[in-house]
Amino acid sequence: MHKIESNNVNFYYGENHALRDISLSMKENTVTALIGPSGCGKSTYLRLLNRMNDLIDGTKMTGSIVIDGTDIYGKNTNVDNLRKNVGMVFQKPNPFPKTIFENVAYGLRVNGITDKNEIEERVVTTIEQVALWDEVKDKLKKSAFELSGGQQQRLCIARALAIKPSILLMDEPTSALDPISTSKIEELIYELKNKYTIVIVTHNMQQAGRVSDTTAFFYMGELIEYDKTKTIFTKPAIKQTEDYITGRFG
Amino acid sequence: MSTENNLAKKKRRSQNIAFGIFTATSYAIVALLFVILAFIVVKGIGVISWEFISEMPKNGMTEGGVFPAIVGTLCLVIASMIFAFPVGVLAAIYMNEYVKDGWPKKIIKQMTNNLAGVPSIVFGLFGMSLFVNKLEFGDSILAGGLTLGLLVLPVIIRTTEESLKAVDDTFRQASLGLGASKWETTSKIVFPIAFPNIITGLILSIGRVSGETAPILFTVAAYFLPKLPRSIFDQAMALPYHLYVIATSGTDIEKSRAMAYGTALILIIIVLISNLLANALRKYYGKKVKMN
Repeated sequence: MHKIESNNVNFYYGENHALRDISLSMKENTVTALIGPSGCGKSTYLRLLNRMNDLIDGTKMTGSIVIDGTDIYGKNTNVDNLRKNVGMVFQKPNPFPKTIFENVAYGLRVNGITDKNEIEERVVTTIEQVALWDEVKDKLKKSAFELSGGQQQRLCIARALAIKPSILLMDEPTSALDPISTSKIEELIYELKNKYTIVIVTHNMQQAGRVSDTTAFFYMGELIEYDKTKTIFTKPAIKQTEDYITGRFG
Repeated sequence: MSTENNLAKKKRRSQNIAFGIFTATSYAIVALLFVILAFIVVKGIGVISWEFISEMPKNGMTEGGVFPAIVGTLCLVIASMIFAFPVGVLAAIYMNEYVKDGWPKKIIKQMTNNLAGVPSIVFGLFGMSLFVNKLEFGDSILAGGLTLGLLVLPVIIRTTEESLKAVDDTFRQASLGLGASKWETTSKIVFPIAFPNIITGLILSIGRVSGETAPILFTVAAYFLPKLPRSIFDQAMALPYHLYVIATSGTDIEKSRAMAYGTALILIIIVLISNLLANALRKYYGKKVKMN
């Protein structure tokens, strides 16, 4: 069974038909890259997976998205629980204006964990998990804004992982980072794959090639091609995909 | 080559002219402010003394001090803020975080803007008919404070809304993305980030409230009342109204002229102190938000 299954998903911003009939399934513990030119709908699709588009007024969605066998747009779905299970990392590192410790602890607190020892233990474990511990262990009580961009982004990943989701959505997580920070995040993605199902939107073709198992190419709201990353990058079935990957358009 | 040089020269010249105008206007504004301040300081500093600040007016308000007016103005500021600040902030949070875009929101917004455009004397009249007469608060700090509160409500709502809007949306999304409820997101993330800026609304409204005359005219202000208010149902003197009285309809206008400038100076100093205080508060919270 697939971890995430979308069937005939259409999405509208008002009159604008942003996604057309997207059917796409992802296996557990894999990394799927969503690629395509700006405005192709890949971020919109990503944000359907944790119902983040609900926040935008005047949108409409048809079709179904099934995660772990449950339709997440079904009537009985609790959005808070869904979002607990589907973590998200944003384009620009956006730690809360709190201490490094509190950034990671926030998710635990809002999910009703009050035991001090448990919070502390999970904060530490999660910061270790994103390979940030050595850099921040002496300044957990300092503002998260004192960290570098790359460190902030890893902190944001820790923030998302602390509440133990099974899926991690990443919306161009390295586009605001320098090459060294980027490679650290990519290494992290590679490690996290063992425990999480990861969906990543990226503009960087090399990145898609490096980190993902499968790649989906979006163009003008449609899913043009979806296959193993290796296949997409070496012998794509559709000419549009090839043109985009080789940089002939986009 | 030479045409290019000419073009560059021309561009530089027009830029210099534009910048020159900008610089001149901004300095003119600062200069004007200093002239006004200097004028009041020069004319009013002579009467400022401990007695002026701490004593009751005497001899038909031509001598003595303005103590009850200072106390009255402070009471009015506090009363109006206790009412308007929470109401305005909550209304703005509701408008910005909860109401969906659409015509109800547009109407509320438009109404708020209209409220800001209503002349202050109209607020005074409304305050008199509702608070003083209908609700039978009488001429009182309560009636005057509520009237002033209504007057500054739009200022508070608007600055709070702007401060909330300035909070990057990804903070909300990140919080909601962790399974936090909308209320948790608003109260634990969005509001603390916006708070230092919301204080600005408080500063602006304190300045406005302490200087307004028309709204307190029929609701609280006493012409001459040489004792301090004991409860919110008492009348009180207030600095702007006192200034108006001794400058236009006192017992001996010529004799009390210096006192009028002194009163104006005290009023300005109160506004200045409240601004500095609020600024310090804002800096303090700005730091605290980052460290929290």
